[in-house]
Amino acid sequence: MVIDTRKCVGCMDCVVACQTENDVPHGFCRDWITTEVRGEFPHLSLEIRSERCNHCDNPPCVSCCPTGASHVEPVGKVVLVTANKCIGCKACIAACPYDARYVHPDGYVDKCTFCHHRTKDGLDPACVSVCPTHCMYFGDLDDPKSKVNELLRTRKFHTLLPEAGTRPRVYYLT
Amino acid sequence: MFEISTTRHNPLIDPSLAVWSWEIPVYLFAGGLVAGMMILGGLALLRAARGDDPKTYFSMQTPLLAFVLINLGMGALLLDLAHKLYVWRVFLTFQPDSPMSWGSWVLIAVYGALLASALIRLPQAWPWLGERVPLLQRLSDWLLASAARIKVLGWANIVLGVGLGIYTGILLNTMVARPLWNSAILGPLFLVSGLSAGAAAMHLVSVFLPRRPAPRGMIGGAISALCQQLGAEPPERRTVDALIRADLAFLVAELVLLGLLIINLQTSSASHIAAAALIVSGPYAWAFWGVIVALGILVPLALQGLELGHRIPHTVVPALLVLVGGFALRWVMVNAGQASHIVHAAGL
Repeated sequence: MVIDTRKCVGCMDCVVACQTENDVPHGFCRDWITTEVRGEFPHLSLEIRSERCNHCDNPPCVSCCPTGASHVEPVGKVVLVTANKCIGCKACIAACPYDARYVHPDGYVDKCTFCHHRTKDGLDPACVSVCPTHCMYFGDLDDPKSKVNELLRTRKFHTLLPEAGTRPRVYYLT
Repeated sequence: MFEISTTRHNPLIDPSLAVWSWEIPVYLFAGGLVAGMMILGGLALLRAARGDDPKTYFSMQTPLLAFVLINLGMGALLLDLAHKLYVWRVFLTFQPDSPMSWGSWVLIAVYGALLASALIRLPQAWPWLGERVPLLQRLSDWLLASAARIKVLGWANIVLGVGLGIYTGILLNTMVARPLWNSAILGPLFLVSGLSAGAAAMHLVSVFLPRRPAPRGMIGGAISALCQQLGAEPPERRTVDALIRADLAFLVAELVLLGLLIINLQTSSASHIAAAALIVSGPYAWAFWGVIVALGILVPLALQGLELGHRIPHTVVPALLVLVGGFALRWVMVNAGQASHIVHAAGL
């Protein structure tokens, strides 16, 4: 997923769309808006980001899971949780540097799924499809001709906490 | 200036992680304590296999006590789970990358080793059961008949005890997201702390060991089987001194490992330095320096050193302080660890 922070206005449509599409329990969120302000007045810079699970290439939440409930799907390498294998030990929550997971009231651990139920049918995740500034892009990083790869080739970008070694797959254009 | 604000507000996650509450420190302490008791018991079994009289070792009397303690720990662990009805899923698979998976299977083996070790003495320690289930006496005789079998049981106790004592530290160590835990020292630290708690527990057992034959009733026999003296006489005084000397060694090792943990954190990344500050000078400093280091290590060291030198009489105070310090170590590590996080790089 690639998100253009120059176009994000922090409207939270992505948050609401996700909660509606995925029946996220009241009081919880799978994605959220983070605002970062840096510098000394009057030379300030602002970055607004829509954050969620980064579906990392080296996910610590998968290696720590004792039942294999937290796993990497072969297609798309999305990180998902099989609810009926999850024992609710919360090791994955402690392991995630992005604090992307939460304990669902039904007892299993839940998080952003990149709307796998939509993407496997060729649709965009709910957050991407409702964004009013069209700042979010979802595509195949293994396809050199995809829009996401074109953006990563032509624009400056950063990921979150690259020093954690997780190899996150949500890229923020700056 | 560097300011981050977020709209996320997930329970137990924000404003800072609080997914693990009292249950985890209770389990970590029980697991470490039982690991220490198993290693000491295993060493005693090896000596018994070489010809020593098993009745001279306190740790030979307590596998049932360890069994009760590990069950209490596992009970706390079960209470912590958010999806309790699915707990059996852990035992349908083995995930080699997950220390928790390793630990779950080690615990199964620990159960087996503790019950087998308890078998050696169960018919005499709980006569009510021994009379009604003759199989127990036959199993006990079968085990005791061969030095090789005792040796295997001894090594099983030692290896499984080390596994039990060290895996929880390794489990926490693997989490880059919580810099306070992100140090390889944690595994050995928990193991050594467990050993010192085990030695302290043995010391307490030596004091409270009933100096009389086993009660013949069902309930009385069950309770006293937890630490019933094996022979006509309780173990000798010198065995207690050996336990105290062992505890001194474990306490010194624990102090060294704690020092290495602080040094390791303070010479690592900004996130690790901030994490060390939580326990060295921050909100957990009183618990760390006051309870874990002073009450839990330094005071018992001084008291036990004086006891061995016959300057002061033997009391249970050092052993109790060691146990308090051991629990405090787990409590501080679990809570301060959840408070620690990767520090955002503000300089860019």
